[in-house]
Amino acid sequence: MRLTVKLFAYFRDNRFKQREMDFPEGTRVEDIILSLGINLEEVGVTMINSRHCELSQVPKDHDQLAIFPAIGGG
Amino acid sequence: MADKIFRVNMSDLSTKVEPVPAAWLGLGGRGLTSTVVATEVIPTCQPLGRHNKLVIAPGLLSGTPAANSGRLSCGAKSPLTGTIKEANAGGTSAQMLAKLGVKALIVEGKPQDESKWYSLHVTRDGVTISEETEVIGLGNFATVKVLNQRLGEKVGVITIGPAGEMRMSAANISIKDPDSHLRSSGRGGLGAVMGSKKVKFISIEHTSEQVQLADPEAFKTANRLFAKALVDNPISKALAQYGTNVLVNIINESGGLPTQNFTKGQFAGHEAISGETMHDTIVARGGKPKHNCHQGCVIQCSQVYNDLKGNYKTSGFEYETIWALGADCCIDNLDHLAEADSLMDDIGLDSIETPVAFGVAMEAGVLKFGDGAELCRILRDEVAKGTPLGRIIGNGAASVGRVFGVTRVPVVKGQAIPAYDPRAIKGIGITYATSTQGADHTMGYTIATNILGVGGKLDPLSKEGQVELSRNLQIATAAIDSTGMCLFIAFAALDDATCLPALIDMINARFGISLTADDVTNLGKTILKTEHGFNLAAGFSNKDDRLPEFFAEEPIAPHNVVWDISDAAIDSFWDF
Ligand code: SF4
Repeated sequence: MRLTVKLFAYFRDNRFKQREMDFPEGTRVEDIILSLGINLEEVGVTMINSRHCELSQVPKDHDQLAIFPAIGGG
Repeated sequence: MADKIFRVNMSDLSTKVEPVPAAWLGLGGRGLTSTVVATEVIPTCQPLGRHNKLVIAPGLLSGTPAANSGRLSCGAKSPLTGTIKEANAGGTSAQMLAKLGVKALIVEGKPQDESKWYSLHVTRDGVTISEETEVIGLGNFATVKVLNQRLGEKVGVITIGPAGEMRMSAANISIKDPDSHLRSSGRGGLGAVMGSKKVKFISIEHTSEQVQLADPEAFKTANRLFAKALVDNPISKALAQYGTNVLVNIINESGGLPTQNFTKGQFAGHEAISGETMHDTIVARGGKPKHNCHQGCVIQCSQVYNDLKGNYKTSGFEYETIWALGADCCIDNLDHLAEADSLMDDIGLDSIETPVAFGVAMEAGVLKFGDGAELCRILRDEVAKGTPLGRIIGNGAASVGRVFGVTRVPVVKGQAIPAYDPRAIKGIGITYATSTQGADHTMGYTIATNILGVGGKLDPLSKEGQVELSRNLQIATAAIDSTGMCLFIAFAALDDATCLPALIDMINARFGISLTADDVTNLGKTILKTEHGFNLAAGFSNKDDRLPEFFAEEPIAPHNVVWDISDAAIDSFWDF
């Protein structure tokens, strides 16, 4: 399946902002994060198509996956 | 020496130093300003008239070595909302007032002769009132410069700009920070209240005295734990690197970034105004990504943003301001945003209310969406000079909506809704509707749980649980706002079990008391009820706890959702 993966804040360092990527069917959000060399403990929020998702969730073809570190403000 | 109440009567130009009434002893910051306003101000009074009072109070821990404890609360009846109001900010004044033993400074009355302006000077012995001419009409930056020369670099300054002098409802109160720049008690038009009393600035004498601690050892231990909880929190690290503006991209991604006067939930230009872009720009131009608004802050969410030539442009460049100028007014150029931010600081305008007012003016066709240069021109040539258009904008979003016949006016109780759309992030809608002070995200920041996964998780699009979430956060916030703590300690407090007990231990060690966590929650509840009681007595009812009707009727993309929480559910907020 082809996904649009978006990274934010310092997850972009030495990686990318946004990239089209292919993964085998059934790949979980968690597997994608690990494949990018991101420490799971640093992950704050993940969203698929602008909706919050679990690390165990499996995206579908053409989904957009956004991965954020723990951030805050206000 | 025990803390005192410093009272200034501008009707007869007299001052007094009074003992602190027993009922106010355990209060500070917002808890104290709201209690004084509720006790002494006639709820139905004209906010710019002689019966309103401006109350300024450091927090319970301000002036101590406690990390992040230098916030100053300003309170009054608001000319923007007609409700009770408290706005707090950093800067040097909270710590200085606390060290001088000022529990609260109350400015009441109003001179009969409207032609003269005054200043107040605070020392340990009391307040002196002087007639002022030199800085009248000056912007805040020039005012601070003159006062630094006149009174020395170390003097504390609380001041109003031309907006406050002209009694505009979006006028803020500005507080000098350690770099002689400004931090603002932004919301609710408190600068207009200060202006109505004909006080241009309050200067505070520097002292080397320290706040007395009942148990210095216990205090030190608790402060060490507390500071560690703040420093170790991953969110603090992101705040230092990107500032609060790190939120642009995540709120945009969630579909809750109000765009083009609240007609969309995502902004095409989000990347250009994001915290990530701002960080890279700051570094490339030799600015400082991290910076603090007062000494002792260990989080450092502020920054120094330089212009293209590498010269200082602005600091304290906050997400909400960037959202309002950026997404809401569709200006995707950080330099225009920084210019506007600096102008608003100088004129003394709330940097949420004012750009939201511009968004409504753009919808009315006064200027085009995206026209950052024209927005800056209007600030400089119209608002700062008090032309008719300038006054319409300087009186806020509701004022612009009324004058130009716009119906999509994002306000609650007359105050502009900030950077999170209540249709796509429902918890914050409850906060906007029920807050005792009009729409204000900081009153109960449900974004933490709705979006950021802090303090648990709650689906932002679901109706369930939002009232309870907002209530719990509003209670906790009222208590934190009384300590002098910056609200960003809440991220650590919500998720790190050592943080809140350490904070309570510090209060206990400061005063030699033994508060429990329940006492602190009860304090928060009491403050909310006191504020709500004032509003009810001022003529507000549950019918005012509502969002503008367009939120229920106009679905917002990308989720195509409307505001759908029932009135009965909103009203249940007050069941505690
Ligand atoms: S975290 Fe930011 S707002 Fe809070 S005290 Fe520090 S600089 Fe000021």
